[in-house]
Amino acid sequence: MSSPATLLPPIRDEYERPLEPPGDLVLEAPLPLGKRVFAQSWVRKVLIALVLIAVWEIAARVVNNDLLLPTFGATFIAFVQGVLSGELLQKTAVSMSVLLRGYLLGAALAFVLTSLAVSTRVGRDLLSMLTAMFNPLPSIALLPIALLWFGLGTGSLLFVLVHSVLWPLALNTYSGFQSVPATLRMTGRNYGLTGMRHVLLILMPAALPSILAGLRVGWAFAWRTLIAAELVFGASSGNGGLGWYIFQNRNELYTDRVFAGLAAVIVIGLLIEHLVFDTLERVTVRRWGVQH
Amino acid sequence: MVANPTLLFPERTDRAVRSGPAVSEKLLAVENVSLEYRTRERIVRATHEVSFDVYGGDRFVLLGPSGCGKSTLLKAVGGFIEPSSGTISLDGQIVRGPGADRIVVFQEFDQLPPWKTVLQNVAFPLRVAKKLARAEANERALHYLDKVGLAAFANAYPHTLSGGMKQRVAIARALAMQPRVLLMDEPFAALDALTRRKMQEELLRLWEEVNFTLLFVTHSIEEALIVGNRILLLSPHPGRVRAELNSHQYSHDSFGRNDFQRSVARIHRLLFEETEAAQ
Repeated sequence: MSSPATLLPPIRDEYERPLEPPGDLVLEAPLPLGKRVFAQSWVRKVLIALVLIAVWEIAARVVNNDLLLPTFGATFIAFVQGVLSGELLQKTAVSMSVLLRGYLLGAALAFVLTSLAVSTRVGRDLLSMLTAMFNPLPSIALLPIALLWFGLGTGSLLFVLVHSVLWPLALNTYSGFQSVPATLRMTGRNYGLTGMRHVLLILMPAALPSILAGLRVGWAFAWRTLIAAELVFGASSGNGGLGWYIFQNRNELYTDRVFAGLAAVIVIGLLIEHLVFDTLERVTVRRWGVQH
Repeated sequence: MVANPTLLFPERTDRAVRSGPAVSEKLLAVENVSLEYRTRERIVRATHEVSFDVYGGDRFVLLGPSGCGKSTLLKAVGGFIEPSSGTISLDGQIVRGPGADRIVVFQEFDQLPPWKTVLQNVAFPLRVAKKLARAEANERALHYLDKVGLAAFANAYPHTLSGGMKQRVAIARALAMQPRVLLMDEPFAALDALTRRKMQEELLRLWEEVNFTLLFVTHSIEEALIVGNRILLLSPHPGRVRAELNSHQYSHDSFGRNDFQRSVARIHRLLFEETEAAQ
């Protein structure tokens, strides 16, 4: 209370301090083991899987009806038996071969469409019209027409697969191209890159996060479509895939094998997701720091 | 591509004939250039009949407040924008589009493709535009990375670098291309003040070593006086030539000097006071 409000702060001396070595100060310490283990994403995911399996097993024992909901144990045995007898593996191989062909064909078409769309105005309108028209159309709705055109065989499957992959992938790729920073585009043009070289050397890598997202979505759509299509028209020339395996075993009330077939779809999905797409992301977009 | 390589590095010939009054020749001519850009409703005139000449070895600065069209003018020289009237010519050839003889260093840090390492970033345009073999491109890239002090980071990815280092890579990339004119669009504006000052010094050192021709856009009066040897002042809305001044006598050491401060005040007056009085 004694000091009036107009007092100035005192003028203090300047000082300097020499920089002393840190001595035996601990600058880094390892994390405890538990935290390091839990920091691994696969450990957490395995834990989640174990919890889900436990819930399944308990639910199945409560229901206590093998025809409605077989236990995890029974499904596991059916799965192992299917693998050992070679039947499940052979069906999976048939499905995968059709799936990969359709997927690659769809991806190639999507690339052509989006390249057209970034280089010409008509191409852009074509892409936006076609995706608006066909993207909402379920592939299965096209199956009757496909059967009429291509017959009961791989041709029809490829047709619906391409349809299911093409539109989401084209949409994602195109939106990726559009979000490439203007500076990066100008750098490419500054080097004298035009047309296809500009798309391949600048736009494609720059839009890779979106393209990878599109590839993931396309992959999931392709799987669904394929299994559903196989369920609808079953085997072609006695050589069916996983969908046919599920359908056949349901007819014969081998519910554990139905579950084994579904498990095969799930396992393949997990493997592709973690081995293929995650690896692809790690060596590209994560390494470049454009996605975290 | 390069008609007369000595023009880019006039120092080389200058040293031989230093005794005579040898001067470089006119390299870039901008004549009565008006630039326009479109918004949804209207056409906006960015610059109005701007003319200036850049000589070989110049550090030519375009200076003006925001809205004077200096960046648009630089992009027009780069060939990204077509003038609505007037001509831009380089070595007597009219500029008709982007090309590797005019390399741009942008302000934005995202000018480096993130999927390429520092070395690949510098070597990439050498490979695609200059058609150099891989070994030769890498060798030249390393040489210029060394010049900007980043040889140790050759294999790092851009996202691991600081802003100043990214701009150094962009400068090394531009220099490695040995363009006829190096275009810089506020290259240091996104950097902190200390890094900016360091980069200005480095740019001047590089100019003394390599002696390129520079067209530099800035909105900082001090930066213009220090970096440039000749300054074109532009007035805003639309950009018109206000003055062309010399600043070759200044460097970082002249900051406190009276003549430097007088120059700052003069430019300030030209840019703001007289414009405001006129309006």
